[in-house]
Amino acid sequence: MEEMLTIGLSALAATLRVATPLVFCAMAGLVSERAGVIDIGLEGKMLAAAFTSASVAAVSGSALIALLAAMAMATLLGLLHGFACITHRGDQVVSGVAINIIAAGLTAVLGIHWFGRGGQTPDLPVEARFMPVFPVSATDAGAALPLRFLAEVLGGHNLLVYLAFLLVPLVWWLIGSSRFGLRLRAVGENPEVVDTAGISVEWLRYRAVMICGALCGMAGTYLAIAQNAAFTPNMTAGQGFIALAAMIFGKWRAFPALAACLLFGFLDAVAIRLQGVEIAGIGQVPVQLIQALPYILTVILLAGFIGRAVAPKAIGQPYLKER
Amino acid sequence: MRTYFGAASVAAAMLIGAIGAGAQTAPQPAVVYDAGGKFDKSFNEAAYNGIERFRKETGGTYLEFEVNNDAQREQAFRRMAQRGASPIIGIGFAQAPAIRKVAAEFPKVNFTIIDSVIDLPNVQSVVFKEHEGSFLVGALAVMSSKTGKVGFVGGMDVPLIRRFQCGYEQGAKHVDAKAEVIANMTGTTPAAWNDPTRGAELAKGQFARGVDVVFAAAGGTGLGVYQAAKDGKRLAIGVDSNQNHLHPGTMLTSMLKRVDTAVYAAARTAREGKWVPGTTSLGLAEGGIDWALDEHNARIISAQMKERLETIKADIIAGRIKVHDYMSNSACRS
Repeated sequence: MEEMLTIGLSALAATLRVATPLVFCAMAGLVSERAGVIDIGLEGKMLAAAFTSASVAAVSGSALIALLAAMAMATLLGLLHGFACITHRGDQVVSGVAINIIAAGLTAVLGIHWFGRGGQTPDLPVEARFMPVFPVSATDAGAALPLRFLAEVLGGHNLLVYLAFLLVPLVWWLIGSSRFGLRLRAVGENPEVVDTAGISVEWLRYRAVMICGALCGMAGTYLAIAQNAAFTPNMTAGQGFIALAAMIFGKWRAFPALAACLLFGFLDAVAIRLQGVEIAGIGQVPVQLIQALPYILTVILLAGFIGRAVAPKAIGQPYLKER
Repeated sequence: MRTYFGAASVAAAMLIGAIGAGAQTAPQPAVVYDAGGKFDKSFNEAAYNGIERFRKETGGTYLEFEVNNDAQREQAFRRMAQRGASPIIGIGFAQAPAIRKVAAEFPKVNFTIIDSVIDLPNVQSVVFKEHEGSFLVGALAVMSSKTGKVGFVGGMDVPLIRRFQCGYEQGAKHVDAKAEVIANMTGTTPAAWNDPTRGAELAKGQFARGVDVVFAAAGGTGLGVYQAAKDGKRLAIGVDSNQNHLHPGTMLTSMLKRVDTAVYAAARTAREGKWVPGTTSLGLAEGGIDWALDEHNARIISAQMKERLETIKADIIAGRIKVHDYMSNSACRS
């Protein structure tokens, strides 16, 4: 019982850690797609940001400068996406895929060239990373459950984890209640109306892809210098796509998207912890089955419980001003 | 035609990453690394160090290739064989099917495979008794553990890694029959060799359950495990290469698997015309397996621990301790 409780609490703590980059990216994608710009390039922007933050942290020794540099890098890639799709009305999916490929290739090549370690960046010292804000020591097993929950699940994370979860209500408010958000949604649903009202469709969409880039920058920074202590080639490992799925799962809304990210994170954390554990009545479950569990559950949930997700109406369509 | 041929060989050189050029007398050796990459600071890097030692000591050149996906393996070996490399050294058990096929096509080319056995007249197989080394570090882990719980993080779930795990468990139980070993595998595909983020999560999961010493046999994934151990102020044990220097103070030791020596020997003997096919099995007795003690971990290994470990090592070599090999019967009990 005690063992199961410990495993449960540590799984919840791990859920927050694993879900953090997903939350950043899902919110990034949400802002962009609500403005009508599809963003397949979340993965690439996150990867480029991870590389930038790890390199800058290695050179400057400052986590904060690394974060800013990574956000700038991802924003630049966002602008590139915008330049191709908003200004030149290119295909948004193609541009996103191109960004993913550029990021995967360029980070490895530059990494090999600069650091000569097969694409890895140097290991970072503690000062150049985001470390836990409230370092908590392990609580006694006898402590009250709420206390343990507070210490073991909510405590002991780094700044970016808390930032990710604070971001969700912020995005919810921004999209749902602010004037900017109202216009952003209108641009995603019916850009002609916005244009008729005398507001620039292009500038609104540009702002959306810039916000999207900055948030992807935070996700990449988290991966490279908070969760790990160096960049390794392809370290995003498809998380950008999982975030994209989580956003669609959450029907382009902030809190449901957060729930989806937490679900993915939780399934992953549980899969890790169920390995080699005897489950009452079943015995030890094979590794392969446990590792397939998140995907099986995702399919079941998607097929059975989520229902139809309706995308913003003008998504993927470049806006052409008619004369 | 000549320009065409020249262009083709330039392209091949770029593809395969030839080091050095110029007139050669003896055929140059080639190394094909496994997934995880040349600079994984572990298994593949040991092979790289071995072939680099060959290059420095003999002045010979070599060809190399890093496998990024399974489809490249066979092509890589065939390409090396066509370019006249010999011996072609395949690093890792995953290369076995490709070598078996290509070695049959090129009976005059010599192949060496690390970590697997191929019974062909032109293939040399080098395997290691990882269970012996894992037994040693398992014993050391329990000696250093305060909680009596030690962890194991494996890379891809394959018999070879189960052999590490099984040896480790036996070593742990040898020191303390009540010791508990919590083991995790990273995954079931070659991607499991290069996923430090997941490695760190696995280690943190084990720490939450009371583990305070963790052994990673997982290639590049291990780097995440060692980092997590450092961040969580626990101890970690490296594998294949001597990884003590990565985080001095929290790296308890490394289980050495002298892939570097094996690669060096294969290249060197071939250059001297003494390369022979067949199977060699290297363990503690042959110096192919060992544990690492250097200036980076000397502070955390007490004299008693060292003495006790050396006794166990001598007992294994003398046959007084029998370490069961998982791969002999696909089970962790005899």
